[in-house]
Order: sequence, then C-alpha cells, then structure tokens
Amino acid sequence: MMAGAAFAPPGEYGGPRFVRLLSGGGWSAWAAAALVLFVVFPVLHLAVPEDSALHLSDFWVTLIGKVMCYAIVALAMDLIWGYTGILSLGHGLFFALGGYAMGMYLMRSIGHDGVYHSDLPDFMVFLDWKKYPWYWSFTEHFWYAALLVVLVPGLLAFAFGYFAFRSRIKGVYFSIITQALTYAAMLLFFRNDTGFGGNNGFTDFKRILGFPITAPTTRMALFVITAAALLGFLLLGRWIVKSKLGRVLTAIRDAETRVMFSGYNPLYFKLFIWTLSAVICGIAGALYVPQVGIINPSEMSPANSIEIAIWTAVGGRGTLIGPVLGAAAVNFGKSWFTKAFPEYWLFALGALFILVTLFLPRGLAGLRLFRRKSA
Amino acid sequence: MSGTAARESWDDPVASGARLLAEGVDTTHRGILYLDGISVSFDGFRALNALSLVVDEGELRCVIGPNGAGKTTMMDVITGKTRPDGGSAFFGQTIDLTRLSEPEIAGAGIGRKFQKPTVFEQHTVFENLELAMKTDKRVVPTLRARLGSAERDRIAHTLETIKLLPESGRAAGMLSHGQKQWLEIGMLLMQEPQVLLLDEPVAGMSDDETLRSAELFLSLAGKYTLVVVEHDMEFVARIAQKVTVLHEGAVLAEGTMESIQQNEEVIEVFLGR
Repeated sequence: MMAGAAFAPPGEYGGPRFVRLLSGGGWSAWAAAALVLFVVFPVLHLAVPEDSALHLSDFWVTLIGKVMCYAIVALAMDLIWGYTGILSLGHGLFFALGGYAMGMYLMRSIGHDGVYHSDLPDFMVFLDWKKYPWYWSFTEHFWYAALLVVLVPGLLAFAFGYFAFRSRIKGVYFSIITQALTYAAMLLFFRNDTGFGGNNGFTDFKRILGFPITAPTTRMALFVITAAALLGFLLLGRWIVKSKLGRVLTAIRDAETRVMFSGYNPLYFKLFIWTLSAVICGIAGALYVPQVGIINPSEMSPANSIEIAIWTAVGGRGTLIGPVLGAAAVNFGKSWFTKAFPEYWLFALGALFILVTLFLPRGLAGLRLFRRKSA
Repeated sequence: MSGTAARESWDDPVASGARLLAEGVDTTHRGILYLDGISVSFDGFRALNALSLVVDEGELRCVIGPNGAGKTTMMDVITGKTRPDGGSAFFGQTIDLTRLSEPEIAGAGIGRKFQKPTVFEQHTVFENLELAMKTDKRVVPTLRARLGSAERDRIAHTLETIKLLPESGRAAGMLSHGQKQWLEIGMLLMQEPQVLLLDEPVAGMSDDETLRSAELFLSLAGKYTLVVVEHDMEFVARIAQKVTVLHEGAVLAEGTMESIQQNEEVIEVFLGR
C-alpha cells in the first residue's frame, strides 16, 4: 500500500467502514444480542405455554423493555458526557418530552373508552374543558406524534444548546443549568392548566395504532422495536465516535482551546452531538411510555436525570457498551432491591456511585471481562 | 472618466476586498501582520499600550521582553482570544482580525503554539496531526471525512519533519515534554498556515532538542512567517533575523540582535531591575 498506511493504526482507517464499526468479537456479541432479543425472547413469550417454566412472563417483557429504553438514554448520555465531556443533568427532560409526545397520541387513541366516555381525555373533562388546547392539534395522527417525539426534544436542545455553548458555559455551570431546566419543566408539567394531566400525567392507554396495548403480541412488537432501536443506536454511536467527528468530540473534551485554534468551531460540534443526544432520549421516552403505560412529571425530576448519569458512570464513560450495561445492571438491581429493601434503594445507589468512582473509575466496561486486548 | 476609474478599482484585486477575502491573504505590500495602536486593559492594568508592529511575509521575527511586557496578550489579540479596546489588527491588507473568531482566524492561516504544550493527549500522534490537517472543518464534512493516501503521505511527511515517525501510534500524552512541543508545531504545519505564532517553543527542552528546534525554525522561515516569543536569549541569538523588544505593552526597540544588544534603553530595562 501507500507509504502512509504503514503507521495508520491498523483497523482504524481504510476498509469497509461499516464492517469496522465493531471488532470481530463485538459483532459476535451484537449478533448474539440480536438473536436473543429478536428470536429467543419472542418465542419464549408467545410460543411457550404460560405454565411452562421457560415462559417469559409479562413482567419480564415489560421490565426488559423498560431497561432497554433506559439503556438507550445511557447511550445518548455517553455521547455527550463520555465522549464530549459535557455532563448533562437534565437528560430526563428530553426523555420525558418524547414520552409526553407519544402519550398525547395514546391519550387520543383511547377514544370514548375513558371513564367519562367523552371526546376528551378524562383529565380534561375533570377540568371542565370543552375542547382540546391548540397544541393538541393533529396529535390523533401517529405520524404527527412521531414527528413531535423527535422535534420537541430536538428543538429545545438545539435552542438551549446554542445559547449555552455560544456563551461558552461549561463544566459544572452547564450541569447546574440543565438540572434547573428539567426542574422548571417538571413544575410546569405539574400544573393542571398546562394541559398535560398535571401530576397524574397520562395513563390508562387502551390501544396503539389500533392494536390493544396490553395484548401479548403488541407488547412483544414494542419490545422488538425497542431492541432494534437499542442495537441500531449502538451502531450509530459507534459510527459517530469512530469518525473524525468523534475524534474532534474527544478533542473538545480534552483540549478545547486547541480545537478552536485548529480551526474547528466547537459550538457547532457540541450543538450537533447535544441535539442528537436529546433526540435519542426523546425516542427512548416514546418507546418507554406505551410499554410502561404511564408518563407523569416525576420523569422530569432532578433525581431521575442524576440517575442517568450514574448508570453511565457505573457502566464506564466513553465506551458506549459500558453505559448500556450500566443502565441494565443498575435497573435490574433496582428492580430487585426495591422489592427486597424498599427503603434503602437510594442509599444503595449512592454507595454504588461512590464505590464505582473510587474503585472502578472506568466502570463495568473497565473490568477485564469486558476489556478488549489493548494493542 | 469617473466611471472608468470606478471599474478599474473594482477590477483591482487590492481594492476589491470581498474577492480577496475569498482568495486568501493579500500580502501585496510585503507585510503580513499589521498591528496598529493596539490597547488592551485588564481591570485597569494596561497589558498593551498602543502597540504597533508590522511583520513582513516570510520573516522570522523574535519578540522578547520582560515578564508582563504583553507578549502573550499580543498573541491573544492576533488569534482572536482577546478583543483589543482600541487599535486595529490586520492579516495581510484585508483581513480584520478584530472581527473574526478563533476558528476563523485559524482557518484564515494563523497557527498558534501555546506556552504550555497543548495537544490532544488521548489521541495518537497520528490522530493529532490528522485533526489539525487543513481541510473543511465544518460538522458534516468532518463526520464524512476519510483519509486518502495523499493525506496520509502528508501526515507522514510532517511526522518526519518533527521527528516523531516512530511514535505515530502512541498516545500524545505519553510523549516527553519536548516531543509534545514538536507535535504541537507539527499540528501547526498541518494547518498549512501562513503565519506561525510560537509562544516559548523551546521552554523545557533539552540542549539537544533546543538546537534541533533552532534548525527547524530556520528551515521554516521563508516558507512561513514565524513570530517567536522567547525568554532564552541564547536561542534568540541563534535564530533571530529581526528582534522586537516589548516593554510595558509597547515596542521599545526593533532591529538586528546586535543593535538590540547595544541599545541603551533595552539594557536598562533588562538589567536595570
């Protein structure tokens, strides 16, 4: 080959770009995960009789589906925090906004089957509203709601990010502002006259795209779509971080002034990854709501956003797969823990965060088990 | 008559600034950097006091001066990091540096090396040069960018110039201090700038590295315009063609090294305190 090829790190440059997104072992693991999520679990849930020990119960389908949504959020968090060095403590807001956008469609799909058998959702009848507020227009169409899922978190993140990054707000100041942003949004959504169901939020969904929402096949379809989103976003993330743009992002994290004096404008790079991260969170929220069956303002609570950061740190920042594992480990742990010792979960979470920071600075992905041979 | 004159001035590359901006730096009058009456104050402290300085194209200019003379502030003004309170700063005849942002100035052709070597420590030496390489540096082209063999050869060439070829696959954070300084200079060269601003480029280097740096800078002069801020007088004496002495934010003296060394005022400033 050319003289230059000799010192390009092998595997990093050249060759079909898509194939090189993951290592050989990485692709095997990815394919295995796809097999389990797309084939094994659906068969265990739908084909294996309910009284069989191998049957995958509704409980597990919902739990795994929910955890996959969280994993997508952690992945999005890793792009902005792990790779770009910008800690957002407001990612729960984007997740919730995506969830609310989907929730509006699901509320309208209830039709006349609500408690009051009205055209309007129960909470609007309760407030004595006679018609939908203007911002509920078109939300009876799925495609429009899907558009909102992407646009609302995307535009908010874009506008907020533009001003914050242009003003060169960084580090802990940025984190605090994002935290305040999600808190302010939570207070807004708690109000009944905001028109999103106040503190009860949206619930009692009946159907999605005409399918009964709690039917096993609908459940499984949502599960498979979520799995596809997770595996797809994992590849998208790899594609981004392995591109030159990915190297610019880590360069911004490590030496932003040098990036500027090299002729890149960090503003647009940050804005790109920040907005993308928010959109991914919004999509995760939209997948979460039909599976879990409820969305309310508590999703915007500051604690939720902090938890997202903890999943990411526990999994290992800047690895993509780490935060996915971190989100899974912490949330399966939480599911068990909150049943066994309900009062102590927050203490356990705090302790976990401290222990990981002290003894596993590179998170689960830093464990030898997951570490790839270093060259 | 007047119509003809107007058309002539429109066709004249010097007069039609817009066309020139697109085409690059206009150095038709030999000068490439013009600072005129630049003043900068920080909380009442005058870092630069009506500083005026012209650097010609292809020159190797050394800037010396005691601590607080305003050397680094001068570089901050040229690279857009600090906005002057007054005065003008031009790159060539047409590019007003006081109106551009840091990335725009870097893109226009002014590269800067910091006092403390600033490289991307987590990236390999190769990737550091790749990131610095002159190319379209907007978001989407960066996302789609792929290295061609011509670009790899350019990186190889620079690696050879800065003598880091064997280290190309190592993380930049693992390099020695002197090697980092050289890598940063290599990154500047990859930007293909017209002007290189070097803030104490041999600080912390061994004697041997300093000697090799002197050779490198002398070989770069002519091809590039170099402005070197340095404390190491021995080093300055070795490379200097023209020396500017800054004192209290203004130019105290300018000339050859010999004339500077004999200048009474300069001796007083340097030795008098």
